[in-house]
Amino acid sequence: MSHLPKLIFELSREGKIGCGLNEADVPAEPAVDAELRRGAIADFPQVSEVEIVRHYMALAKLNYSVDAGFYPLGSCTMKYNPKINERLAAAEELQAHPYAPHDLVQGNLEIMARLEEWLVELTGMAGFTLAPAAGAHGEFTGMLVVRRYLQEKGDPRRVVLIPDSAHGTNPASAHFAGYEVREIASSAKGTIGLAELRPHLTPDVAALMMTNPNTLGIFESDIMAVAEALHANGSLLYMDGANLNALLGIVRPGDLGVDVMHINLHKTFSTPHGGGGPGSGPVGVAANLLPYLPVPRVRKGGSGYEVVYADPRSIGRVKNFYGHFLVIVRALAYLMALGRENVGRVAEDAVLNANYVRSQLQGLLDLPYKAPTLHEVVFSDSGLPVKTLDIAKRLLDYGVHPFTIYFPLIVHGAMMIEPTESESKETLDDFIAVMKVILGEARENPELLRQAPTRTPVRRLDETQAARKPVLRWRKGELH
Amino acid sequence: MRYLPLTDAEREEMKRAIGIADVRELFTCIPSGQCRPPLGKLPKALSEPELLAVFREFGRRNGFAAALSFLGAGAHSHFIPEVVSYLSSKGEFLTPYTPYQPEVSQGSLQAIFEYQTMMAMLTGLDVANASLYDGASAAAEAVLLAVRRSGRSRVLLAESLHPEYAAVIRTYVQNLAIELVPVAVEGASGRVSVSDLRSQLDDATAAFVFQSPNFLGVVEDGKAIAAAVHERKAFAVQVVAEAMSLAYLTPPGEVGADMAVGEAQSFGLPLGFGGPYLGFMAVREEFMRQMPGRLVGETRDLDGQRGYVLTLSTREQHIKREKATSNICSNEAWCAMRAGMYLAVMGQAGLACAARACHLNAAYFVRQAAALAGIRVVYARNFFNEVLVEVRKGSAADLAAALKKKGILAGVPLAWFDAGQKNRLLLAFSELHDRAAIDRLLAAIGEAS
Amino acid sequence: MVKENLLYSKDHEWVLREGNAVTVGITDYAQHELGDVVFVDLPAVGKGLKKGDPAANIESVKAVSDVYSPVTGKVSDVNAKLGDHPELVNQDPFGDGWIFKLSVDQVSELDELMDLKKYEEYLKGIAGE
Repeated sequence: MSHLPKLIFELSREGKIGCGLNEADVPAEPAVDAELRRGAIADFPQVSEVEIVRHYMALAKLNYSVDAGFYPLGSCTMKYNPKINERLAAAEELQAHPYAPHDLVQGNLEIMARLEEWLVELTGMAGFTLAPAAGAHGEFTGMLVVRRYLQEKGDPRRVVLIPDSAHGTNPASAHFAGYEVREIASSAKGTIGLAELRPHLTPDVAALMMTNPNTLGIFESDIMAVAEALHANGSLLYMDGANLNALLGIVRPGDLGVDVMHINLHKTFSTPHGGGGPGSGPVGVAANLLPYLPVPRVRKGGSGYEVVYADPRSIGRVKNFYGHFLVIVRALAYLMALGRENVGRVAEDAVLNANYVRSQLQGLLDLPYKAPTLHEVVFSDSGLPVKTLDIAKRLLDYGVHPFTIYFPLIVHGAMMIEPTESESKETLDDFIAVMKVILGEARENPELLRQAPTRTPVRRLDETQAARKPVLRWRKGELH
Repeated sequence: MRYLPLTDAEREEMKRAIGIADVRELFTCIPSGQCRPPLGKLPKALSEPELLAVFREFGRRNGFAAALSFLGAGAHSHFIPEVVSYLSSKGEFLTPYTPYQPEVSQGSLQAIFEYQTMMAMLTGLDVANASLYDGASAAAEAVLLAVRRSGRSRVLLAESLHPEYAAVIRTYVQNLAIELVPVAVEGASGRVSVSDLRSQLDDATAAFVFQSPNFLGVVEDGKAIAAAVHERKAFAVQVVAEAMSLAYLTPPGEVGADMAVGEAQSFGLPLGFGGPYLGFMAVREEFMRQMPGRLVGETRDLDGQRGYVLTLSTREQHIKREKATSNICSNEAWCAMRAGMYLAVMGQAGLACAARACHLNAAYFVRQAAALAGIRVVYARNFFNEVLVEVRKGSAADLAAALKKKGILAGVPLAWFDAGQKNRLLLAFSELHDRAAIDRLLAAIGEAS
Repeated sequence: MVKENLLYSKDHEWVLREGNAVTVGITDYAQHELGDVVFVDLPAVGKGLKKGDPAANIESVKAVSDVYSPVTGKVSDVNAKLGDHPELVNQDPFGDGWIFKLSVDQVSELDELMDLKKYEEYLKGIAGE
């Protein structure tokens, strides 16, 4: 007998009502042929309002969240999500229909234009599209822009170079844009310099996709020379801005030779992750690539803001409507709250926090790449009596969310720690203390870690069974 | 700054621990000439009250709020029970990351499992995924899935597909070896021409993508379509741009569709000027292992307790990289959770009631509009909640502009998508309308046309 | 655990030759590296394969691996039992966990494969890395 909440379907009882709507007050005269209409939705929930509230409250208790505690997931930038932004995004006056006439949505169009201005100033790119729904969607959009630009110059080329430390979305996005992916090995320093680039820089290279700072938390310090070599080859430099938090107000990718980049509003600009989405992945480009950005584009016209829906040189539409507008609202609110005087402080505190964690743990854990750390630090499980997974699971017993594990792939048993600027010194000290306790346990009683977690609502789950005989839905009459 | 908890004293202490005197030393890896760009063009920090005032001003510059709206075309206004807003805004649902640590994410995982189940029930198909970005990109992903599964490269698109969906599909496949072929719509019925469909289907055809109810508001004869498509061993992909129709019309799976994809914004998400919304995908079981997007599955923990995990992850980019079924990573998890809450609260009876009201209100409008001299309802039968009208004199944009002056957003002029369609207007009805609102619309059209 | 009468590829497939028909599976080493197998994507019977073509796809919880065709030929049979019981690849890689059979065009291509002794040396080389 499980102490976990039942499924909503198991709470269902014939005749219970969760929401009392009135029938329409027009005559009940349908105009659809009977054979096109459905009957009652079999087994659909019938649960009372109070039971639904309690059901979800019970589920809520099983979740860890940023609101609950430290969430040092590397590459994910789990910073605090300011509450005022939720109120602003829920405001009735902003909930316009996307096809409302433009003179009735000038405020919304201005919000989009303002965010674009902020992003342009912070990154040094010439312009942004706010359409992409998430980081990977931005990568795909950016690679389509690269391809369209090269195509117009005569040859779209064939290959995109991607460092071995890259996030998996990079090769997948390049692939769906029609490119073949060639992986480049990072140097012993963990970066891509001319020595790593040159052997791969053939005439069929369309672009290099580079994350900066990269997934080791290391700034790609040769980026300007790399950009120059790419440009001399007629290739472009794409920057994955997943880790832009380290550079806010410190340096602008546009000044480093970057041609195309995406950013993640749900990482750098504080919008909530929502258990996996929605995100928003604006794409910025250098001036020569502006014509290829997706439609629609918002611009300031003589009588207010207007929208361009078609442009023959654009890659087209990547999404319906305008993008994730309510995410854009939150990101703009965050930036306006910070103001120009505080954006640099965000990066400074994020980098200070990461380096503080590094300084306190580096004697205890293997640090395979010793180059200076920016916003995150990556340790390895080399030399430990347990695996990274065991440490991660033991952290759960201490009420701390684990760091990112087993990524980047070039680090054995990677532990990728990104504290963000949102954490106080006390929180970091608590985390460091817990890590020390766990590493002690690993030496004295490694089995404790292998059995962890034991204090969570459920213990380690059988992922093999889940994948062998997938049960992806509830069905009446089946054993659940 | 209120979002930064470190005090100056703590910063000093931490710098000492690291062994630096100035935080700038941490940034010496960055080319010095490029450091600290001027940000003088950007505004200064706002306090919380100032922020509220600025956004109130943005809201004031909008002018739609007071209007009676009949806008639809893929974004629909429906009643959202307060319970949905209350529960979904809880930090436990809003602020976690993707549930990669299932031991502390059972809330999100179970909520998504329930959502997947309800979408499968509504579509009449076996399996629904945990979400895709939106209806249009879900349609594009369905095209890629059909091509992957069939090993064929020709995809037929109904001309009655939402133009923005068709545009997104074109964008997605522009560099892949996939041929897109349009299938005509019969002017008289507003439905896909099954004879044109048959003539276009061949052994290289992977799928036929059709929308029902389609962009002209008409419910397709899905059974005839699916039969024709299956004769050539291609897949029938039904796009649903108004998910509320799933609660009123024969579900795609029963009609014979192999996949249903579309937009589930109607399930508890605000209009939000177009996003974030909720792309869904439901398929027959044979597609399960090649589906894009995350999937939550049921399993057991070490003690034999029921629990939920993200599963079949080998399909995804973090494992298969460039060979993945899609590049999607972040999805619309919170929107899907919220849709699950909405569907649970509405329940079997409530959802059916709302969907019925949507249709009956549209049907009432169609009957009453027969008396109006200035407009003609193009398809007066077999619609769900959207109705296409033709303006007899002048343009649809003129009519819409005249009604806007009376505080009514009468519908979306099709010229928004196709400059050639000057005299057509698409109106959407929902359970939020009542007889008085529709009578007001009818009277205003009567006066204006 | 390896078997004497089989031939081996560098991708850790084993090949059992019977006339101009061969049976293909993955070795114990390979199943161990993959971990718990959750799904095997089998080729269509009748499909023509060139030497080195990806023929089948084996998935564990967090890894995917292609099984390459060790020779040119046509798929004559597949192990349908793996559909419901992918774990056979782990439990009995050289027996009930076989994956597919080919009718071979050029038997001479088999000469390029390793015998047991060479494969064991090859495994030692990998372990030494």
